[in-house]
Amino acid sequence: MTTSMIINVDGKDIEVNGEKNLLEVIRKAKIDLPTFCYHSELSVYGACRLCMVNVDGRGLQPACSTPPENGMRVVTNNSEIRELRQIIVELLLANEGHECATCGKNGSCQLQLLAKKVGIKKVRFKRTGHKQETDDSTYSLLRNPDKCVLCGDCVRMCSEVQGIGAIDFAFRGAKAAVLPSFGKDLASVECVYCGQCARVCPTGAITPKPEIEEVWKALENKEKIVIAQLAPAVRVALGEEFGLEPGTSTMGQIVSALRLMGFDMVYDTSFAADLTVIEEGNELINRLKEGKNLPLMTSCCPAWVKYAEQYHPDLMDNLSTCKSPQQMFGSLIKEILPEKNKVEKKNIVVVSIMPCTAKKYEARRKEFAKDGIPEVDYILTTQELATMIGEAGIQFKNLEPSSFDMPFGFKTGAGVIFGNSGGVAEAVLRYASEKLTGVRTESYEFKQVRGESGIREAQIEVGGTLLKLAVVSGLKNVKNLIEKVKKGIAKYDIIEIMACPGGCIGGAGQPVYKEGSVRAKRTKGLYDNEKMLQLHKSQENPYIAELYQTVFGGGEKGLHLAHELLHTHYRSHKRIEKESFDIHANKKKTELDITVCFGTSCFLRGAQTVMKNILEHLDKQNIQDRVSVKASFCFEKCNRGPVVNIGGEIIEKCTPEKAISEIDRKLQISVAQS
Amino acid sequence: MNTAQRNFEKVCEILEKNENNPARLIPILQEVQEEYRYLPEEIMTFLATSLDIPPAKVYGVATFFSHFALKPKGKYIIKICDGTACHVKKSTSILDAVRHKLGLTEDKNTTPDMLFTLELVSCLGACGLAPAVVINEDVHGLMTPAKTVALIDEILKKEASL
Repeated sequence: MTTSMIINVDGKDIEVNGEKNLLEVIRKAKIDLPTFCYHSELSVYGACRLCMVNVDGRGLQPACSTPPENGMRVVTNNSEIRELRQIIVELLLANEGHECATCGKNGSCQLQLLAKKVGIKKVRFKRTGHKQETDDSTYSLLRNPDKCVLCGDCVRMCSEVQGIGAIDFAFRGAKAAVLPSFGKDLASVECVYCGQCARVCPTGAITPKPEIEEVWKALENKEKIVIAQLAPAVRVALGEEFGLEPGTSTMGQIVSALRLMGFDMVYDTSFAADLTVIEEGNELINRLKEGKNLPLMTSCCPAWVKYAEQYHPDLMDNLSTCKSPQQMFGSLIKEILPEKNKVEKKNIVVVSIMPCTAKKYEARRKEFAKDGIPEVDYILTTQELATMIGEAGIQFKNLEPSSFDMPFGFKTGAGVIFGNSGGVAEAVLRYASEKLTGVRTESYEFKQVRGESGIREAQIEVGGTLLKLAVVSGLKNVKNLIEKVKKGIAKYDIIEIMACPGGCIGGAGQPVYKEGSVRAKRTKGLYDNEKMLQLHKSQENPYIAELYQTVFGGGEKGLHLAHELLHTHYRSHKRIEKESFDIHANKKKTELDITVCFGTSCFLRGAQTVMKNILEHLDKQNIQDRVSVKASFCFEKCNRGPVVNIGGEIIEKCTPEKAISEIDRKLQISVAQS
Repeated sequence: MNTAQRNFEKVCEILEKNENNPARLIPILQEVQEEYRYLPEEIMTFLATSLDIPPAKVYGVATFFSHFALKPKGKYIIKICDGTACHVKKSTSILDAVRHKLGLTEDKNTTPDMLFTLELVSCLGACGLAPAVVINEDVHGLMTPAKTVALIDEILKKEASL
């Protein structure tokens, strides 16, 4: 029998039931103890000292880092504690840069809320610090060091939940700062732009980078046809900005608001998600048949894609070649609409509304532009859309709902559940299972893949074969899972990967939230949303079927177009960006591309000898025309250098002999194939 | 084998000796700094990759301790003590004289020929000899601006004859 633990909080006895710290016990007593650096998802840091309480016999203690003990007597509110809290908040406000009215976090800033809550009337301290420059190097995020209060939330999020550690504390004392490595800007380091740092930043030190002005300009330009695509996760979160419960679907109101703002057409990214399901489903089936490049890893999440390119260049063939729904939508619209609506391609403006900061980066990847025209022009986060609705003076809650434009506004439930972790896997299963068995079933739910945990596994029998799935969100979880896959401990056929915990509904472009329970509510919102739709399987979307018959029909040519519009490729990314340079270039496309790493480590381990021997070999065999050779700065595999990439094959600890034999082998294969 | 290659092999040895253990980051950085006289950026990136920790973490540790230098230092490191005892014995005037002599400022503390680096330190523990100046390993006590400048001239003469 276990004896229960009782703690007395402000005169009330509270039973402790697995609460990890005093703070949780106090909150259980329905006391809203102010906190600043405490996040239930992150480790306890104990830096801000706002949760100080008086523990009988011990004096003032930080509640977040004090473990509960039986018989503790705690006082959470007296004049000493109230004064302490006020001083702490005043000190935080004495930093440079807290100009609320012009801040990106105005209204959702923890410091602002706290100042109100603890009753700050005046800041008695002189402002410290000096104006520092804002880092606007990325498309996704703004980093304003003036507003940083050194709580470390972003640092812990990036390393503990996302497993990256792109930013960390540097320097000491008054000079202490949160910085990317070597004080570089964010765009030059390994940041994947998931923006979870901005989500947990209690002030405006890291915020999504807005594109509002550009979009207004496009909307007011009479020559432009401005098209909106709305991502699934946005519809169950935007309402929070207008006082509605998380998970409330405001799809109809969003469509009405977008029309009022001047969008010419309002479409649904879920339509493109349906398209992704078909393409990715076929890809899965082909790979299963050939037993090649398994597990298939999903590629809808741009932060995960960048992560994979940086840390797992050897997994490039496992990534699905499917573009994300955002990019599929953009490339399709810009292909079809010019002819259909008799407009010039350059006058079509595609604006996506996304729960995500990394989507801003994705749209600017050079793979996603054709003849200098990007597939997607601007990306608004859910937060930015709320701001624009406010600017336009639209009474959002009182709006009459309306429906999406046709045909790209029509979707099945499969395209809607893309917005939460597990949704892509389930949607692909709904397609692949019927395609593999050739039998249509009435049921459509695969509840095995649903849930809140960051790593979920399921085995599903489809037509006699056992499909092994993993659904993972949060990049630290991804890191752990991939390690297992590489070691051969875990084996899957398909892995759905989302960088943000909970998937897109938990994205950094969504309304700021602190409690994990918000994610569960938004997820439920999406599943409820799907229940109201008549169709649940992408293959039953009549407009998708029509698309395959008309645009992608017509045999070889249509297939080629589908491939060009809907698929992409990946390249390994150095974490700290520097372009590679040509050593032996060819004008024409060659049969074999060779890249020799000339990072410090590889260079000193003999990369130069390897390169010299390769070039001599090309010369001797007279095969210069068939091969191109590049020097790259770093493959980030320094401890296993020299590293050479020969036609996609990464050779570690490469010797001249190894390199030459692989070149000959690859060239022989290429001759045999042609 | 050139210097760069030799230095680098030493770094690999240091990592090996410390069993690529990220918990030993500080001793690793100390040893690496002994090799290069400062911590070059690409070497810190290499260390981070080899230890499987983010480069930002290595940067954070390297910038936390004043012992670590992120910029190359000169052949002769002149440390002028500005602890309480040395300060009241007018160490500031020595600082001004050396800066003037070498054309250095608060922001620019190494001469372009990489011969001298000037550092102001808090206390060298040689208060009885205040004001104290240390050039590399040699402690010079009871200094004056003129005596310090004379020491520099001596070094310059020695270097010119090399």
